[in-house]
Parts: sequence; C-alpha cells; structure tokens
Amino acid sequence: MVEYSELSEAWEIVRTQFPLAIWETVYVTFLATLFAVIIGLPLGVLLVTGDKDGIRPLPSWLMKLINVVINLLRSVPFLIVIIVVFPLTRLIMGTAVGTAASIVPLTVASFPFIARLVESSLREVDPNVIEMAQSAGADSWQIITKVLLPESVPSLVANITIALTTILGYTATSGAIGGGGLGKIAITYGYYRYKYLIMIFAVILLIVLVQIIQSSGTRLANALDHRLRK
Amino acid sequence: MIRLVDLSKTFTSAQGTVEALKNINITIEDGDVFGIIGMSGAGKSTLIRCINMLERPTEGTVFIDDTDLSLLSKRELRRVRSQIAMVFQNFNLLMQKTALQNVCFPLEIAGAAKKDCEEKARQLLRLVGLEDKESAYPAQLSGGQQQRVAIARALATDPKVLLCDEPTSALDPNTTNSILDLIRDINNKLNITVIVITHQMSVVESICKNVAILDNGEVVEQGAVGEVFAQPKTRAARALVYPESSQESAISLEGQKLIRVVFNGGEATSEPLIATMASRHGILANIAYASTRTINGRVYGSMLLGIEEDKIEKALAFLTESDGITVQEVSDNG
Ligand SMILES: Nc1ncnc2c1ncn2[C@@H]1O[C@H](COP(=O)(O)OP(=O)(O)OP(=O)(O)O)[C@@H](O)[C@H]1O
Ligand SMILES: [Mg+2]
Repeated sequence: MVEYSELSEAWEIVRTQFPLAIWETVYVTFLATLFAVIIGLPLGVLLVTGDKDGIRPLPSWLMKLINVVINLLRSVPFLIVIIVVFPLTRLIMGTAVGTAASIVPLTVASFPFIARLVESSLREVDPNVIEMAQSAGADSWQIITKVLLPESVPSLVANITIALTTILGYTATSGAIGGGGLGKIAITYGYYRYKYLIMIFAVILLIVLVQIIQSSGTRLANALDHRLRK
Repeated sequence: MIRLVDLSKTFTSAQGTVEALKNINITIEDGDVFGIIGMSGAGKSTLIRCINMLERPTEGTVFIDDTDLSLLSKRELRRVRSQIAMVFQNFNLLMQKTALQNVCFPLEIAGAAKKDCEEKARQLLRLVGLEDKESAYPAQLSGGQQQRVAIARALATDPKVLLCDEPTSALDPNTTNSILDLIRDINNKLNITVIVITHQMSVVESICKNVAILDNGEVVEQGAVGEVFAQPKTRAARALVYPESSQESAISLEGQKLIRVVFNGGEATSEPLIATMASRHGILANIAYASTRTINGRVYGSMLLGIEEDKIEKALAFLTESDGITVQEVSDNG
C-alpha cells in the first residue's frame, strides 16, 4: 500500500517540478526536430534526385558514400552519439551538459533518420507527374520546389510526426546525461531515489505527449491531403 | 513541321537490350492530326517521348521546323519543350493543387507573373468547359474532367504541338468521344499540330488525318487515314484495322467457296451489294465474316462471302464490275 505521506510528497514534487520539465521536454523535442529537418530535408531530397533514375543523377560512388554514412550514423546507439558529440556540443553551446546542450546530440542522432523519412516521402510522388513537369520545361530546382515537395506535404507531415515522437523518446535518454525534462525526472526519482510513483507519473506524461503529437500530426497530414475526397 | 529522321532507340538494361524503335522516318506537317497506332509494346510511348527528348534517341534526329533537338543545350531544350505540350493517359495532374493551379503550372515554370497565369488559366478552363471547377482538386473531378484540366494545362503556354499519349485509354466511350471532340476543336481553332498515340482504331478514325502504324519498333505503314485503312498491306496493319479478320482462316463452309470482298472507299450510299446480287442474279451469298467501317461517308473494310461452287464464276463477274471494291477468291490455305 502507498502511504498517504508518500502520496502527498509525490504530489508536491509533481506540482513544483513537472511544469518546467514538460516545457523542457517539449521545446527540446521541437527544436531538435527543427534542426534535424533543416539538415535532413535537403539530404533526403539529394537521396532522391541524385539517384541514378533521379532528376539529377550524381556519381554513383558519391551516392553510395552518402548512403553508407547515413546508415552508419543511424546504427550508432543514441547514448554513444551523446558521448561522441560532446566536443561538438561544447563548441556550439559552450557546455556539454544541460537542457539546451542536449539539442546538439539529439539533432545529430536524428537528422539521418529524417533524411530517410524525407526520402521515402518524396519517392511516393508519381514519376509520371515528374515527367509531366519535365515535359513542361521545368528544371531540377523547379521540379523539387514545385512538384516533389508540394506533392508530398501530407506524407512529409506524417513522417515528421513520427520523427517528433521518436525524438521525444530520445530526450528521456539525454535526461540521463545532463539533459532536462521528464526523462531526467523519471530517471532521477525512479532509478536513484526509488520514488516509483514519480517515475510512473513522468512516464505517463511522456505517453500522453506522444499521443497528443501523434494524433495532431495525423490530423494535420489528413487536413493537408487533397488526394482524399472531402 | 516535325521530322523524325532515321530514329532508333535501344534500351540497355541488366536484362539485355531492347530495340524499342528501329529506323523511324516520319514527317508531320503543321496543323496535322497525326495518329500513331500500334499494339502494346510496339514503341509508341518511346516514340512520342523522343519527340520532346524526354527520351534521347540512340540514333537519328528529331527536327522541329529546322531545329535539330539533339544539338540544343539543356536550357534551350527546356524552352522548346514549353512549345511542345503533352497530354498523358493518366492525366498526371498535381494532386495537391486545384484545377486552376494545375493549369497555371507550365506558366509558372516559364516564369510568368501569378496574376497573368490565373487570368490565362481561367480562360483555358472556360475553353475546356470547366469554368466552374477552378478550385476543385483532381480527386474531386471525374476522369474526363481531369483530362480536360490536363488539356487546358497543355495549352497554357500556347504550344505549337500537342503530344497525346493514349489520351482516352483511361476513359469510358462517351467521355472518350467528348475528349476527342475537344482535341479536334483545338486543332481546328488554334491550329495546333496534334500527335495522338493510341491502340484504339476508333481514335484514329475519328480525329486523325494521317496515321503511322507501328509494329515492333518499326513503322510498317503510313499515310492518309483513308488510304492506310482501305488497304492495310501488312499483317500488323490488318490485325489493327480489322482485329476480327484473324478468325478468317477458321471459317470453311460445306460445298461453298469463299470470296473476299475488299471495300476501298466507295460511296456508302451506293446500292446494297448482297441484296442486288441476290435479287438480280439469284446468287445467294453466305456472309461468313464482315468488318467494314465508314470513314467520311466512304466504306472501307472487307467481307468474306460463302457462295455455292457452281455460282462462283457469276458472282465474281458481278462483283468485279461493282464500283469501289476489289474481289479475290480465297484459296483453301487462306
Ligand atoms: N526505360 C526502359 N528501359 C528498358 N526498356 C524499355 C524502357 N521503356 C520502354 N522499354 C521497352 O521498349 C518497348 C516499347 O515500349 P513502349 O512503352 O514505347 O510501348 P508502347 O507501344 O507505348 O506500349 P503500351 O501500349 O503498352 O503503352 C517495350 O518492349 C518496353 O519494354
Ligand atoms: Mg505506351
């Protein structure tokens, strides 16, 4: 049985620490995703356009290299990424610990993933439509900006939603090494101080956040998709 | 004028090489509606894609007026392409854009101002009869309506040439006719040269002035529609023009001989052949097979008549004298 005193103590911690933790989790997740998209989106476009059947094929050794590097980065466990990018983090943020600093490893760990998601979104665009654009005299840049990206907006939104929820999961790990947020709370109270109630509450909140992001992302993707009759 | 000179295209892939086009020579005059017909895999799409260099010919040259397209820089080629619009079997509309935005697309590509694009696009949607659908998305339009939007889009840059790759193959017969009417109208009113690819005889029949028959990567016959259809010389052409005639050889009638009557474009209104033969000469003909069609009021096609052996000479004499047909006795081996 849970003692009443235990409950009220837990509630006190939730009340004083959770609002900030939620905010930290949310802004770190969204900022890291934003930066990862800034790097991953052009890379994903390159993976599609530079392909040998793409609109602007690049030398195949270069494409192979890019693919290998992306796969390599994706297979490194996140915990290792955090440690490996320590120097980079310190260079950019001035420190390697803290909530804001955790954005650097999160970005590094997720941009290859985002590049792959963007790649798969763009590959959904009907090649016949790309051919139509070429027959109308479009150059590669116009095909990217007026066909590939606009036509895959719903799919991009759906995929970036997946990225958001994944990166949200990563923030819990980064909480283990100096990052802030719900993950840190869950680990400090649950693992180091055996206050399971608080850990459970933090985990529930993480689940709720994932649900909210996922369902609003899906709704947004559908709202933007004009292929659906409505 | 479009001239394809000694055009060949060979695809090389892991599975081997495919000679999709072999030594094609075609000249298409300005203002023509030119049909290219052939069975699936004959190389029709490859041919039409060579005309705007979406596919680079392996050998030979494409001339538009007197410009050799293979000598153009990428930039020059893109400019020429805006003069050669294309309409596709599956419409190829931008699914996330409205009808109006789709029609604007080629103009945007050409760098026109947004306001001018929209004005022109509205005008074209009116031309294709879709002025009330400008803010509809493709998914909200029927196939025929989508093809109309695609045609309006093709006309946006005032092209000189319209390439249509099976423009009606995804449509039902009624919609097909209305789209063909539209294409014919465009050719008449705007004097745009139209090249139509199809595997449907009826499409060529209803809108084309000239036709080339493509078989296995080769042009086996070409010329005015009436002439080519009247006497398809090659096996491939016959199979396309009279798809049913492949059944001929299976027919044999007891005690009768077969005569093939070929209609070469006589007046459709002339006296009824079979009836006259029966009433005036007492020759009863058994129609074993018939496939004729009327093009511009003239009859083309062929008919296989079974006639009693003893009356065969009389029948041949009568038929030979009739206008607009040729007659031959069919030997046992066809
Ligand atoms: N990119 C390609 N690579 C290899 N072979 C190709 C390619 N494109 C076409 N072919 C081959 O060239 C031949 C002609 O193809 P094409 O698409 O021009 O035929 P088609 O007459 O348009 O047929 P359909 O009526 O079915 O559309 C086929 O044998 C096809 O397999
Ligand atoms: Mg084809």
